[in-house]
Amino acid sequence: MKELSYYPGCSLHGTAREYDESIRGVSELLDLRLYELEDWTCCGASSAHCTNEDLAIDLASRNLALAERNGRDLLVPCVACYSRFKWAEKAFRETPQKIHFPYQGRVPIRYVLDFFCEDSMLEEIKKRVSRPLKGLKVVCYYGCLTVRPPQITGIREYENPQHMDRLMELLGAEPIPWSYKTDCCGASLVMTRTDIVKKLSGKLLLMAKEAEADCVVTGCPMCQANLDTRQEEAGKEVGNPVEIPVLYFTELIGLAMGHKDTKKWLGRHLIDPVKVLSRRELI
Amino acid sequence: MSSKSFLSEVMELSGQNLQACYQCQKCSAGCPVAYAMDILPNQILRHIQYEHREKVLGSKTIWICASCYTCSVRCPNDIDIARIMDSLREMALRSGVPPGEKEIPLFHSVFLDTIRSKGRIHELSLILQFKSKTKDFFKDAALGWKMYRKGKIKLLPSKFGGGKEIQEIFKGFEKREGAGSQS
Repeated sequence: MKELSYYPGCSLHGTAREYDESIRGVSELLDLRLYELEDWTCCGASSAHCTNEDLAIDLASRNLALAERNGRDLLVPCVACYSRFKWAEKAFRETPQKIHFPYQGRVPIRYVLDFFCEDSMLEEIKKRVSRPLKGLKVVCYYGCLTVRPPQITGIREYENPQHMDRLMELLGAEPIPWSYKTDCCGASLVMTRTDIVKKLSGKLLLMAKEAEADCVVTGCPMCQANLDTRQEEAGKEVGNPVEIPVLYFTELIGLAMGHKDTKKWLGRHLIDPVKVLSRRELI
Repeated sequence: MSSKSFLSEVMELSGQNLQACYQCQKCSAGCPVAYAMDILPNQILRHIQYEHREKVLGSKTIWICASCYTCSVRCPNDIDIARIMDSLREMALRSGVPPGEKEIPLFHSVFLDTIRSKGRIHELSLILQFKSKTKDFFKDAALGWKMYRKGKIKLLPSKFGGGKEIQEIFKGFEKREGAGSQS
């Protein structure tokens, strides 16, 4: 059994609840033991790095110092938090005087998607796939911070990433090549310039529809929220109604491994994924 | 008023060599939100070189930038333009130049206030706090109800320690900034 520290981040305690539940669920089946970081605080997100770089480093490095204390790798599901932590790690290496917490740059920071796509984890997942996702056509939507910038993410194929596609293939699904893997959904502008998010997300959803995908798969809580909860408005914005479920990759791992709670997770989406999954006789 | 040139201030804060820009416009060509900007990213760089401080700091562009890093990874001269946008926003807030976008900086400030008082972002508190400032209570009310029914809205913030440390972080900034403005 592998032990990891787990930093859920703010949205996994709210709008991205099914991401949190499915990560915990599949981790259990994969013999991973997650310890939620005690007393974790917000990473600072967009608002800190957009307005005060030093504050962004402080808010992130406080959590890194907590994680370092217990010596386990730190698993991070939200890619925005992950990015902030990696920037703080870089700041430690380049300007250690900017770090005000007992953090020594030693804790490995692991983004959940990257972690599950490592060879050793893929092997573990493969062993446990009991209900392959046969016939399910998916488009993998990586978004921005999952891959960019590469000096932070370590992803070499940042213009056309393949790792989530490989994971989907392993689960038995059919990943469709498309050109919008790493396009932006508008992210945190959703609260202030909703018009921009509707336009960008609308275009993405339209392209997923053109690619004839059954669903969009992602590992980013912001992308998922924008594409799922704003879908009706986004369709109107681009003048073409769309109805395409947006799933977390961990929900599909759970489905393929026959996790008992999969239906509960899927029930939290605004665009119902059960319809298309039952059409493909997967649920 | 600072005696430093605008260009050298931006270069110092962002750590980027802006002078390497040869106006190939690749940043603006790939920018997903360029259509909503008043000044294109490549033009921003040129304006900085020309010392157009108010024009740049008062632009919509610096707030519209979604920090997607498409420009940064495609720049042939390795200028991290997204990082420059961060620096410009930071400078804009300190400059007193009226922001080109009203709600975006307001949202950031409400967001940071929420971290300061609660340590974590409790989404419902954040949204209500933001709406109390914009007075737009009806926007997204129906969506909020749908999300609540799916179990996506947590009514109460979670309890945890660590809040005090967060307040210390913010207090530290206030002190440093206070000292900075006196010098």
